[in-house]
Amino acid sequence: MKLCLVVDDSRVIRRVAAKIVQDLGFDVEEAENGRKALNACAIRMPDVLLIDTEMPELGGIATAQALRKMPGGDKVVVVFCATENDPHFIRAALEAGGNEYIMKPFDSEIVRSKFLLLDLLG
Amino acid sequence: MAPDDFEYAARLMKERSGLVLTRDKGYLLENRLMPVVRQHKFKSFHELVAALRTGDAALQSSAVDAMMAKDTAFFRDWKPFVHFAKVVLPNITHARREKKLFRVLCAGVSTGQEAYSVAMTIRDAAQQFSGWRAEIIGVDLSPTAIAAASNAHYTQFDVQRGLPIKSLLRSFTKDDAGWQLNSDVRDMVKFQTWNLLTDIYPLGRFDVILCRNVMVYLDLQAKIDLLQKISRSLADDGVLYLGTQEPLTGVSAAFRPVNRDLGIYAVHRLDKVVLSSLAVPQKH
Ligand SMILES: C[S@@+](CC[C@H](N)C(=O)[O-])C[C@H]1O[C@@H](n2cnc3c(N)ncnc32)[C@H](O)[C@@H]1O
Repeated sequence: MKLCLVVDDSRVIRRVAAKIVQDLGFDVEEAENGRKALNACAIRMPDVLLIDTEMPELGGIATAQALRKMPGGDKVVVVFCATENDPHFIRAALEAGGNEYIMKPFDSEIVRSKFLLLDLLG
Repeated sequence: MAPDDFEYAARLMKERSGLVLTRDKGYLLENRLMPVVRQHKFKSFHELVAALRTGDAALQSSAVDAMMAKDTAFFRDWKPFVHFAKVVLPNITHARREKKLFRVLCAGVSTGQEAYSVAMTIRDAAQQFSGWRAEIIGVDLSPTAIAAASNAHYTQFDVQRGLPIKSLLRSFTKDDAGWQLNSDVRDMVKFQTWNLLTDIYPLGRFDVILCRNVMVYLDLQAKIDLLQKISRSLADDGVLYLGTQEPLTGVSAAFRPVNRDLGIYAVHRLDKVVLSSLAVPQKH
């Protein structure tokens, strides 16, 4: 099973996202900020990183940049999931190493269709 | 709901749109028509049906419109659009290299996402098509859906269902209420209200027809007739995209499956050699 690491400082959002991703057939791990996410990646590199941009300690964009430098970190599919919907911000996030971007609020259909176009679903 | 109210409304829907409603769908009829009841200030569903019975054409059209399932999404199911980009477009560039014209019909286009997905795909392959004319036509029975399609303005939810973020950034402009499709893509598509129960040949011949998630709702005879019309409107080497969940088996001999799971069919007049070149790429 593919592993998806869900990173968000809101426990509620992590739960919602984790449930959606589980239903899509993924193993799920959770982390509450970028620093903890990178620790988790060092132990087991996920296939997908679903990550908020604004978080205490280490935000999603800096996390993605650090991840890309780790061994195997270039292969991870990075999906940002954030409230910010300004096109300039989104573009910058993608340039920093994101493959996709989901604007909150999201639902299961949005996540499913984004994973489908990223070729993550069987 | 009174049985003869159901009978009357169900018959109206079937005659006007081909939609079949079995008896157990009374709740659906009532749910979907409630907005019409309210909008016209009727006191009940029964009153609406009574007014429909008087033959009020505008009211009947609104009721039929309200009854249509209009669910849709950009690049719905994704893989059929990958096939369109990777297989069909290159085939067309080759086969139509003299005429430099190709035409796509989205039959039952709802609020436009499907037609704009086709347009964005063609636009992204623009180098192959410089000097070409691509005509994309979207038709639907529902005037409200066609109006929304022409407006090309979508909510933040709409633009996230199936649309890659890069396509959003490239082709839409954000405003206070949502996202507006830019005119370069918008101008590639023409929309018209059209009832698919009537002839479609006035729309001309097409190289590709998408009629996705429309026939599932139609009664068998309407389905057979529509497939017949589609097969006549398609070029000999044309391709038909149905929904991924509506196999043609046993309904029409006019088509051969290219990929059943993706709902892709070729016209039966086609020889085997061309058919195999339509095969879906294994990995994209
Ligand atoms: C579920 S939507 C599918 C939209 C899009 N093709 C897709 O796959 O996402 C079905 C559409 O078919 C339209 N439709 C149903 N019966 C029709 C008819 N007889 N003539 C034209 N359009 C019809 C409905 O109005 C509705 O917008």
